[in-house]
Amino acid sequence: MKNITKIALGLMMISTFSMAGTSANGLYYKLSINELEYQDNSEKNIAWDTSLWIGDETDKLYFYTQGEKPKNASTGSENQLVYSKAIAPFWDAQFGVGYDKVGNNNQAWGVLSIQGLAPYFFETRTSLLVGQGGNVGLRFDAEYQTLFTQKLILTPSIAIDAYSKDDPSMGLGKGLSNITAGMRLRYEIKREFAPYVGVEWSKNFGNTADISPLNESYVVVGVRVWF
Amino acid sequence: MSINNLTINRRTFIKGVTLSTVVASGLLPLEANNTTPAFSQEHELRGTEFSLVISKTMVNFTGTPKYATTVNGQMTAPTLHFNEGDTVTIKVYNDLEVDSSIHWHGIILPTDMDGVPNISFDGIKPKTTFTYRFTLKQSGTYWYHSHSGFQEQTGLYGAIVVHPKAKEPFEYDRDYVVTFSDWSDEKPETIYRKLKTMSDYYNFNQRTVGDFFADVKEDGFFGAFKSRSMWNKMRMSDRDLSDVTGYTYTYLMNGHTPTAQYTAQFKVGEKIRLRFINSSAMTFFDVRIPDLKLTIVATDGNNVKPVEVDEFRIGVAETYDVIVEPKTKKAYAIFAQSLERSGYALGSLTPSATKLAKAPAMDAPQTLTHADMGMDMSGMKMGGKEMASDKKMKMPMKKKIPITPLEEARGVGTTMRVKNPQYRLDDAGVGLRNNGRRVLTYADLESLEGIVPKRTPDREIILRLTGNMERYMWSINGIAYKDAKPLQFHYGEQLRITYINDTMMNHPMHLHGLWSDLEVGENRFVRKHTIVVQPGSKISMQVNVDAKGSWAYHCHLLYHMSGMFRKVIVS
Repeated sequence: MKNITKIALGLMMISTFSMAGTSANGLYYKLSINELEYQDNSEKNIAWDTSLWIGDETDKLYFYTQGEKPKNASTGSENQLVYSKAIAPFWDAQFGVGYDKVGNNNQAWGVLSIQGLAPYFFETRTSLLVGQGGNVGLRFDAEYQTLFTQKLILTPSIAIDAYSKDDPSMGLGKGLSNITAGMRLRYEIKREFAPYVGVEWSKNFGNTADISPLNESYVVVGVRVWF
Repeated sequence: MSINNLTINRRTFIKGVTLSTVVASGLLPLEANNTTPAFSQEHELRGTEFSLVISKTMVNFTGTPKYATTVNGQMTAPTLHFNEGDTVTIKVYNDLEVDSSIHWHGIILPTDMDGVPNISFDGIKPKTTFTYRFTLKQSGTYWYHSHSGFQEQTGLYGAIVVHPKAKEPFEYDRDYVVTFSDWSDEKPETIYRKLKTMSDYYNFNQRTVGDFFADVKEDGFFGAFKSRSMWNKMRMSDRDLSDVTGYTYTYLMNGHTPTAQYTAQFKVGEKIRLRFINSSAMTFFDVRIPDLKLTIVATDGNNVKPVEVDEFRIGVAETYDVIVEPKTKKAYAIFAQSLERSGYALGSLTPSATKLAKAPAMDAPQTLTHADMGMDMSGMKMGGKEMASDKKMKMPMKKKIPITPLEEARGVGTTMRVKNPQYRLDDAGVGLRNNGRRVLTYADLESLEGIVPKRTPDREIILRLTGNMERYMWSINGIAYKDAKPLQFHYGEQLRITYINDTMMNHPMHLHGLWSDLEVGENRFVRKHTIVVQPGSKISMQVNVDAKGSWAYHCHLLYHMSGMFRKVIVS
């Protein structure tokens, strides 16, 4: 944990330094709680997917956290702190650190990501993770917005994870590990506040499925908030 | 200074302003129900000596009292009447806690009187007075506004009428100033931040699934799919019309909301001159007075050959002088819809102050077309949805003009580079195409003989208006102001400037200190100070570089300005 703090501070300094040169208009921030929901699955999860950025149009410091708290088990989370730099009109390159936690076990990663808006308006993020034990992970997320009305919006999303090694303590297996696909229908009472309902399907594959079998579809109810 | 003293001092400054307004100027805490609605366009100042006080004043346009930045406690600020040839002295006291400034938009004056902080002067520091002094070498309708921060959004704007020495080439019986503006209860910093974090925050006219099926009905599945696919591939929205909309804005006419209508009175048979000024921060208006023909007689202070239309679009910072002749004793609606149709400003041209007009229905918003993307339309059939331009608008610059190359960049701040920008002077623009009305276009405008001295340009520069809507970044030639070198103009030269708009937005480009003579045809010009460059289009103007000094040059959309800005040095 100490190391992570050090790296984080370092990143912050890098980012502040580079912003001093580029930002005439000051810094902005955005806290996005994209998902904060109850998942009606066997675990009865409370799950979240949140990001916070501070920066300007091109240079940002991002903190991502997502995870779930099952009703009768301990919390699992994936967290990242990355420096994000615009490399193309719609794309940011990011690097930093990751920290996963499952119960009392944890895993630190070095993270390299590409985040941006792909053609056809797909919001995507692809991360390459390199772990302390030599494990290499790949995580891909994509999301799309379909407007039924200006306020009633359907968001299909998909997340795919894969790893190079088995790590039973973290519940990860070699190869394609998990695919989670969801559809969330939200109503934007305000831009910044939207309750939603949705369905999600999550399945573990290969060695991951051997370590912890999962193949479930369930209903989710939650709220999307940002400011 | 005690508050008492200050109040008395101010009262001497502010002629005809009630004490309650003065008290409301930010020094004393006020109960919400004590607020005075700032409906005071009637206040006018005349002469050669003026005293203006910039301060905070409580206003209430929406039911929630808010502070506005005002001049002499008024919003909009008092109309200043100057006479051509007079030397005017204007003392401006800044009673704010922050720097302020006043820029005299469109007035030709010495560089140090232009009122742009860091370019013309240091700005007006809090609790100090700056004295402006200049001689009016022109006449017509102009305006003034703050050039500091976002003060213009919060109310610091007013009209200028410069009365001519010579007889005017048109007649009228009554003369009214009609300003448009966009008020928000949100702080401009909040609006800006929202745009920076979610650039389509205020756009509630985005494509829906239903729209796609409507397109399928019209163009067939493949037609609709192809068109959608092209926009989506580019990550562009054809519904991206205005950055900030009626979601937060209340549109004002002379400081009146549509419900508290502004009224201008007439008697049947009279000719009425309406001096329209768009003093908005971000809003383009499409203006008409149903049942009346509008005779355009001037734009940006300069007389034009009269042209009769039903409707005209007024870009941010532009002015149009219009003559109307109401023939019936009834209230006519002065109706100004915002370009993206999220709201309107409304007033009445009425025989009696108690008779108010009703607003007509707003037009449906239109979507951007391939032409707005700067795609060559010559090989494509112009369907009903494409632009109305049927005649090709070739710009008549037969003689080769040497082009001075400018520094250019294509970084993360530039999403698009139009492949085939066209002159679209006769295009009324998105929202006004094929609406069944006679709509003014730039091709209709031409200055009266003698206003624009005609010369062959010595050289040309090309300014590409660039941006990234997704990140809400704006620039010129891909370079934002903070990273840009000043533009060098040579004193005495005749300069041609061609704009190419690489974005999907209209940009009203304003060059300070020098006239912008827009090319509207073969050896035909219209003299302006602010020129709207339509999305994906190209447009050329000429500048007689006859004023030394440092000048600001920028897009007049307030939230584009920090990037889409250049300092010009004339030496």
